[in-house]
Amino acid sequence: MKRENQIAVAFRKLLKNKLATFCFILLILELILVIGAPLFTKFDPLAQDIIHHSAPGFWAKSSPKYMEGHWLGTDELGRDVWARLLYGGRVSLSVGFISTFFGIIIGTFFGVLAGFYKKLDMLISRFMDILFTFPGVLLALLIVAMLGVDTKNAAIAISIWSIPSFARMIRGRVLQIKEEEYIMAIRSIGAKDKTIILKHVLINALPTIIVIATMRIASSIMSIATLSYLGLGVPTPTPEWGSMISTGKQMIFDAPWLIIIPGIAVCITVICFNILGDKLRDILDPSLKD
Amino acid sequence: MEEGKVLEIKNLHASFSIQKKDYEVLHDISFDVKRNETVCVVGESGCGKSVTTLCVMQLLPNNGKINSGSIILDGEDLTKMDKKEIVKVRGKKMGMIFQEPMTALNPLLTIGFQLRESLMLHRGVDKKKANEMAVEYLQKVGIANPESRLKQYPFQLSGGLRQRVLIAMVLSAQPSLLIADEPTTALDVTIQKQVLTLLNDLKKDMNAGIMFITHDLGVVAEIADRIVVLYAGRKVEEGTTEQIFRNPKHPYTIGLMNAVPNVDADEYEFAPIQGTFPNITEDIKGCRFNPRCTKCIGKCFEEAPETIEVEPGHLVACHLITKED
Repeated sequence: MKRENQIAVAFRKLLKNKLATFCFILLILELILVIGAPLFTKFDPLAQDIIHHSAPGFWAKSSPKYMEGHWLGTDELGRDVWARLLYGGRVSLSVGFISTFFGIIIGTFFGVLAGFYKKLDMLISRFMDILFTFPGVLLALLIVAMLGVDTKNAAIAISIWSIPSFARMIRGRVLQIKEEEYIMAIRSIGAKDKTIILKHVLINALPTIIVIATMRIASSIMSIATLSYLGLGVPTPTPEWGSMISTGKQMIFDAPWLIIIPGIAVCITVICFNILGDKLRDILDPSLKD
Repeated sequence: MEEGKVLEIKNLHASFSIQKKDYEVLHDISFDVKRNETVCVVGESGCGKSVTTLCVMQLLPNNGKINSGSIILDGEDLTKMDKKEIVKVRGKKMGMIFQEPMTALNPLLTIGFQLRESLMLHRGVDKKKANEMAVEYLQKVGIANPESRLKQYPFQLSGGLRQRVLIAMVLSAQPSLLIADEPTTALDVTIQKQVLTLLNDLKKDMNAGIMFITHDLGVVAEIADRIVVLYAGRKVEEGTTEQIFRNPKHPYTIGLMNAVPNVDADEYEFAPIQGTFPNITEDIKGCRFNPRCTKCIGKCFEEAPETIEVEPGHLVACHLITKED
């Protein structure tokens, strides 16, 4: 029998699902567009052209700006929407990934401790409950208010926002794994707690971690958009999907595409990550299914 | 301590707390295991067999505790050790083989990884040497082409093979006491036989003592040197295999023997013990076996019987048995 990598097996199963494959390709495409932004637009996302502001794009072929190559039109300050979408995606996606990454590391740390040591469980779980009682946005507002409006601070706020849900889910999984007979068996051959946690508990919790991370990226992207929409995320004039919607809302009746276009971008990304997470869950960790 | 004793359990009392009430699950258990000897602990489900092993391994669940008594392994009292010392003894001096080979291996790690881990931990060898030794041990427990087996995951192995891997894992630390908690229950009969033969051979090889938990009297007859019969957390009878099978004294042991169907008899019949096993929450006065015993006398309902030695090495706790018998 050939030895196979579990992740590779899971990935191949994922590609058998048409919808998941579609989402996966869409996300890859998005990543390519966003990372290679200068290749796909000749405009500077910050260059203003106040005279030709709020010009429509390809849906109004007679628009002078469309003729110049602004195929998605310009915003209220005459900046190219397509360029802002691409460069804004860099911020949205990287904040999404980075804050999920840190959230998962800290959340897993606390979750494993709480699940593994009964004495710490009370303390950690109650602390997470306290964090939970704050509505996520309020918590993030609080943190940004304390640290100041900055992309970095927004990422920190979103990381902290995601810690309690990670910690709680991983705690649940660890509680389950802890009762498995192989943990008892490994204990009976004299393994220390450190070995048990690092080599046996974590690896068995990995599918769960991957699944909730995928789902969480989606909500982190939503969160940064929300914060920016409220003017507490990415400071102007840096483009970001949420702040694009926020500034576009002044023109909601004259130039609705200024909210619709970044809105679609957020939607596609979030839906794709969620579907991907859903399918990954079915493959990797059927026990998580509600 | 007497020469040759690996494990000595003395007056062990253990209890579980359920909803803040303590229930005694082991009452005054004493027996020992010598080197190169297999002691079978026999009894119904819930009689305290597994709890005894967990006490020895110091792996009782959070709500269980040892109240008094001592467990002496190789001259050291395990009940007096702190957590750190226990971790050092566990695996090194005593190893445990579990009932369910299907779940006792980590499903996400290769056999090789798990075997190496034990070797590196207890024998202090590096990865390369550990690999060589792992191959050796797999050969020892009778696994064909061990090199390729090392790279496989538990799901690629059958139950019998997994049990062998677990045995190899336990043996690789060269423990002086091997605890086997119904290691053959989950296996089919032919594999059972192989595993029992393997254990017997290894015992002689390593000069270790084996504490074997089972409720299968066929297995007991096959492997045991001595037998300890437990009932409801109490030791009711102890003796050599010969003594227990030829001349059982306690009504419960006699009942157990009768409950095994006799294939040679014309009519394929057996006599089960009447009644059901008491719940630990039930408080039974006197001898714990009295509700199911057919030979009760008045005394049985009033006081718990003393353990007496009817012949050298043969201990019984029953009011019906007196020294003069």
